[in-house]
Amino acid sequence: MVDPAVGARRTAPALRETPSTKVAIGGLRAWFGSKQVLSDIDLDLPALRAIAIIGPSGCGKSTLIRTVNRMHELVRGARVEGRVVVDGHDIYAPGVDAVAVRRRIGMVFQKPNPFPTMSVGGNVAAGLRLNGVRDRAVLDAAVEKALRQAALWDEVKDGLDQPGVALSGGQQQRLCIARALAVGPEVLLLDEPCSALDPIATSKIEDLITELKERLTIIMVTHNMQQAARVADYTAFLYLGKLIEFDRTRRIFETPTQELTEKYVTGRFG
Amino acid sequence: MSVGLTGGSNPFRSVSRRDTIRKWHSHLMLVLCIGAVLIALIPLLSILFEVFRQGLPALSYDLLTKRQYFQYFAGGGIANALWGSVLIVGTASLIGMPIGILAGIYLSEYGQGRPAAVVRFFADVFAEFPSIIIGLFAYGVIVVWTGHFSVFAGAFALSVMLVPIVTRTTEEALHLVPDSVREAGLALGLPRWRVTGSVVLRAAKGGLLTGSLLGFSRIFGETAPLVVTIGGSLFFAKGLDDTSSSLTYVVWRGATSGIHAAEVRAWGAATVLLLVVLAINISVRVITSRRAER
Amino acid sequence: MDGPTPIFPTDAPPPSGGPLGSSAQEGSPRKGLRGLLLRALRGRRLGDLVFVNLTRSAAVVVVGLVVGIVASLMISGKPAFEAIGSGFLGPEWLPGGQPPRYGALPLVWGTLVTAGLALLLGVPVAFGIAIVLSELAPPVVRTPLSIVIELLAAIPSVVYGLWGIFILAPFLRDSVYPGLQATWGWTGLFGGAASGYSVLTAAILLAIMIIPTVSAISREVLRAVPVAQREAALALGATPWEVVRMAVLPYGRSGLFGASVLGLARAIGETMAVTMVIGNRNAFFSSLLQPANTIPSVLANEVFEASGTHLSALFALGIILFLVALTINIFAQLLLLRLRRRGAHA
Repeated sequence: MVDPAVGARRTAPALRETPSTKVAIGGLRAWFGSKQVLSDIDLDLPALRAIAIIGPSGCGKSTLIRTVNRMHELVRGARVEGRVVVDGHDIYAPGVDAVAVRRRIGMVFQKPNPFPTMSVGGNVAAGLRLNGVRDRAVLDAAVEKALRQAALWDEVKDGLDQPGVALSGGQQQRLCIARALAVGPEVLLLDEPCSALDPIATSKIEDLITELKERLTIIMVTHNMQQAARVADYTAFLYLGKLIEFDRTRRIFETPTQELTEKYVTGRFG
Repeated sequence: MSVGLTGGSNPFRSVSRRDTIRKWHSHLMLVLCIGAVLIALIPLLSILFEVFRQGLPALSYDLLTKRQYFQYFAGGGIANALWGSVLIVGTASLIGMPIGILAGIYLSEYGQGRPAAVVRFFADVFAEFPSIIIGLFAYGVIVVWTGHFSVFAGAFALSVMLVPIVTRTTEEALHLVPDSVREAGLALGLPRWRVTGSVVLRAAKGGLLTGSLLGFSRIFGETAPLVVTIGGSLFFAKGLDDTSSSLTYVVWRGATSGIHAAEVRAWGAATVLLLVVLAINISVRVITSRRAER
Repeated sequence: MDGPTPIFPTDAPPPSGGPLGSSAQEGSPRKGLRGLLLRALRGRRLGDLVFVNLTRSAAVVVVGLVVGIVASLMISGKPAFEAIGSGFLGPEWLPGGQPPRYGALPLVWGTLVTAGLALLLGVPVAFGIAIVLSELAPPVVRTPLSIVIELLAAIPSVVYGLWGIFILAPFLRDSVYPGLQATWGWTGLFGGAASGYSVLTAAILLAIMIIPTVSAISREVLRAVPVAQREAALALGATPWEVVRMAVLPYGRSGLFGASVLGLARAIGETMAVTMVIGNRNAFFSSLLQPANTIPSVLANEVFEASGTHLSALFALGIILFLVALTINIFAQLLLLRLRRRGAHA
């Protein structure tokens, strides 16, 4: 058993919010019922970068990003302890509204999940409508902007009234990204966004991620190490709910300090 | 987009007026949903309370053992109606259950493709026929044919109601039996009909029992088809060809009679009805939900 | 949903028992007629043939009964259509009158208004219950609560009628209707002396009766909504109610519609509870506090003592009821069928 403390980039929680740190995770633990799935995660995630979280399945990667927009606690019996500090503010502090957190931290899921009864435009506008935007012109402009950011505009601009589920799988996933972008989040969480897509659709999403990190911080879970190597600036390796190593992606893949990391990235695992 | 909102108040805490309104709107709507549950519980509790309050005191040895008197007379019982219900529902079950179970076996074990889909669809629609229509059917076929009201006409109507119910519950129960059980039976060299007849049915017997019980309780509480078929006699039915009363019939006639003595018998009969129906339903639901949780 | 594919076609030879499997019990010789019969039936093809055809004929009975019901109503109702004809469109149902009048329109009107009103009152409550059961209630509460709600469906309709006569109608007459007349009387919907036995009372009783049906189906519909849909709304910062309104209800809308239509079909066919509280007056009504009548109620009250043209006219009413109920029903089943298919694919 490898001691997880060794080599993991431990920082005192909430003390190291240099301007470049967007999300600072400190002493984070998470449970499903009595089963602990994350133990003592400390992680400073820099702003305007793409960060990949890798690890074997069941290591807690999805749980980790779901704690960043307080989605984890929605599962019955799920529990979180510790701190997640976004822009200097602990989102688990008492009095914080989880709904307000989710509005500023967008999320895209494994399988594309557009609302089936809404049109392409309606899907993108859904979040704005929740926020009370009713003005047709404002909505149209926001829809176009979000679809352009998601590199989908050219493909759907003539069919904004078509049902969102009529699009191809890859388009649907970009639609979901556009839907998340429309409310103007500062952090975008991607939970294995390409796992249900073919290679061409995958490469489009990867290109998109590279563009998007100019504007916002991207945290993505992936089971695909090549994908992490291609798009991420930083990579975190999780194993059995513990953070084993976090560093620049290149160093994780070329000169990892932990034996476990090396074994995993070279495919000599288990 | 601004980055680095250090210091100042927590943006995740300071919610706008709009957010506050949204939050309260959400709370309000969900409270209304809980209110809907209460709205449904009030009549349930009121029915149980009133029937038992007025009916339990009426339940006496005489009520359960004496036949009905002419409705203006106090005293007398509902024993003839109790006997009528047992006779009618029993006969209906004897006719309807086997047909329903066999049809359910057909759908589950042999039914494929279009013919089975048609039968299934017919059974679904059939199960929702207004019961008075079934009564009218029995009246047109049995009462008009024999020339008089009878236990059999009522039993026929109820058996017709029972068939689609039992068909669908049987099919569902047999669906729950895994194919491995069938394979095991066939591997023993049993012919298919015996695999179905003994192995599969035995594996599904819990589901068959609960389905049959629910069907039984449904026709036990049925009134409309009986109103037009059994004739409503004050005496014990001597056989299937005789006129009869039933518990539900007594409730209907008594409640609408405006005569106190008959109303008392109506509450008494309603209590017996409710006790039987609730006992069956509660036990079946508790057992099935236990099984589902496992 | 289609049945499981049979493992072997019914007329194919089943696999042999194997070297060890020649099952001793099965092979042991039996004596007497029973043994003889069993051995004959073990000529597998015969046994299977008999059994398959037995079950198939039961299935044919199911279809045959439906056809028989339709045919029987048609045959018995035909003389009335010939004798009365356009008289069915009259404004009054008065079989005892001189001459007898068989206008079915007020009864159709009564049936549709009570059922429609019941739907209006019952469906929102049923959806609320379904939302609680699928979205809010913790599992510990969920099962007992749905059992309790479904008990409402188990209560015989004649017991509802009894309760309606002695509890609900007097309560509405004394505590609700005077207020309704005072505040909403100007609409004209609540005119006349309120005896308690009226269209509105019947509709309220019907609403209570369809709640368990509609809520049980709706709960299943809502539980079939994928978690991903809820999460999509949550991730946009939706409040719990907004999740329901934005993701859950729209996703299940055709199923919810099907549940309501099924509730409507039940309300239209309900007989005993309605006949006991609606006041049984066979004429048009304009106020919801007036007594009226419905087709099932007339059937229950009059078949007993009818004969000749009157009886035939009642069968004709039965056909009308049947057609209305059947149309609504098939519509509901088709809606729910599509839902089941989609559920099977998901």
